[in-house]
Amino acid sequence: MSTEVAIVGVGLHPFGRHDPGLTGMAMGAQASRLALADAGVSWADIGYAVGGSNVSGKPDTLVGVLGLTGVPFVNVRNGCATAGVALATAANAIRAGETDLALVVGFDKHARGAFAASPADYGHADWYGETGLMVTTQFFAMKDRRYLHTHGLKDRLLAQVAAKAFRCGELNPGAWRRTALSEDEIMQARVINPPLTQYMLCSPSEGAAAVVLARGDRAADLCERPVRLAAVAKRTRRFGSFEVFAPWLPPEAGQSPSVDAARAVFAATGISPSDVQVAQLQDTDSGAEIYHMAETGLCEDGAQQELIDLNDTAPGGRLPVNTDGGCLANGEPVGASGLRQVTEIVLQLQGRAGARQVPRQPRVGFTHVYGAPGISACTVLTA
Amino acid sequence: MIAVDPGLFSSLDPPRLAGSACASCGTVTFPAQAGCAKCTGTDLAQVELADRGTLWTWTVQAIEPKAPYRAPDGGFVPFGVGYVDLGDVIVESRLLGDPARFEIGMAMRLTVLPLWPGPDGSPVVSYAFEPAGGGA
Repeated sequence: MSTEVAIVGVGLHPFGRHDPGLTGMAMGAQASRLALADAGVSWADIGYAVGGSNVSGKPDTLVGVLGLTGVPFVNVRNGCATAGVALATAANAIRAGETDLALVVGFDKHARGAFAASPADYGHADWYGETGLMVTTQFFAMKDRRYLHTHGLKDRLLAQVAAKAFRCGELNPGAWRRTALSEDEIMQARVINPPLTQYMLCSPSEGAAAVVLARGDRAADLCERPVRLAAVAKRTRRFGSFEVFAPWLPPEAGQSPSVDAARAVFAATGISPSDVQVAQLQDTDSGAEIYHMAETGLCEDGAQQELIDLNDTAPGGRLPVNTDGGCLANGEPVGASGLRQVTEIVLQLQGRAGARQVPRQPRVGFTHVYGAPGISACTVLTA
Repeated sequence: MIAVDPGLFSSLDPPRLAGSACASCGTVTFPAQAGCAKCTGTDLAQVELADRGTLWTWTVQAIEPKAPYRAPDGGFVPFGVGYVDLGDVIVESRLLGDPARFEIGMAMRLTVLPLWPGPDGSPVVSYAFEPAGGGA
């Protein structure tokens, strides 16, 4: 039987816009200290660390601030899936017997406005960026349009998802965007890439998140209600999936890496998607939440309209999704985003989520990140 | 006319795009590449892509992208972007024409997209697709 891994502490530096002088790394240090305090351990107790950041420096530099203990420290840079990959790396270190206590931290501090990407970083020649094709939000809009068209869903669903995100943000004291917006306000806002308006797209932001992982047999000593990391899996894209920054795709459709990563965690645990009681999905735009519900197996393609019309994805519903407001209400510091998701599920499973607490004490949670150029990581977390 | 990238076109007048086809499994890529994404084969030959297809999905770039996007000399104007299904391969492309008329499944044809003046004054061009219209 493989070694159990549990989450025994979480820490979040609020996402949003902060003092220009506050670095991503300083936020990472603060989130780390909060997670260590939540677990009741010190940095000196940590036997393995993994850190992720896309643009704000080399995470292992944090040892200079947290303490030069000689701890092994792995840096991860996998786009929006960074934190999921970092979590998997630390869990595997525990399973491999390298340590019984690990810290995972993610942070980033992005400039305002849409992400700017370098063609060379993604294996493309300069023309691809110069001619205006290398824009992430174009992909979101085009995948949304194709998905809504194929499955007979209405554009208004995009506004319904965004409105739910801001309602959750309103309930979350740590969220960046805490003002509820009506569906009409969202539909009529500035168009960025039709059918997407500005409120249907998440904004790059600033923030940090950290978790402390422990070997299962130590978890109960460290935490009153440890949350079991039942499985974590990461996958890159396969042939035929429609991905960001793709000048071409084949006519034969393939599955996205989200499908593969989700299947892997459910297969590893014996838990079925229908057992999930609270989920965090990559909602870089509101359409992404819609198709990720189906790609991860939480619902059938096309079933989203009814679920969302019935408020089933709101905190009080049958399948609460992105109860902390997700990327839409928190923005996305890329390196930290997946750990924010995990933190929210831990708080929900421990009954610590305050005004947005899912009722009836959920025991099974799920997280999913997706990033460029076609990578996904998922977890199943259980109380 | 000068192509913005020497690998994009097999011919500029009339415009035809250059891709590659895998000798083992027939998978067509755009632009041409050295390895096959489907079967991992490395024997790929250049092929000329169809100049007509159907619109697979689309959007409009309504706000000016950050660098490395390069706006035309007259300044940024919103532009259409889409994927066009050419049969063997679905190609991402700038779109010309009125976005109010864009519809998934509509017939499209290849054209050249003037970008900016080259060193000798002749235009640097990329490719675009435009609605093929009924009589085209």
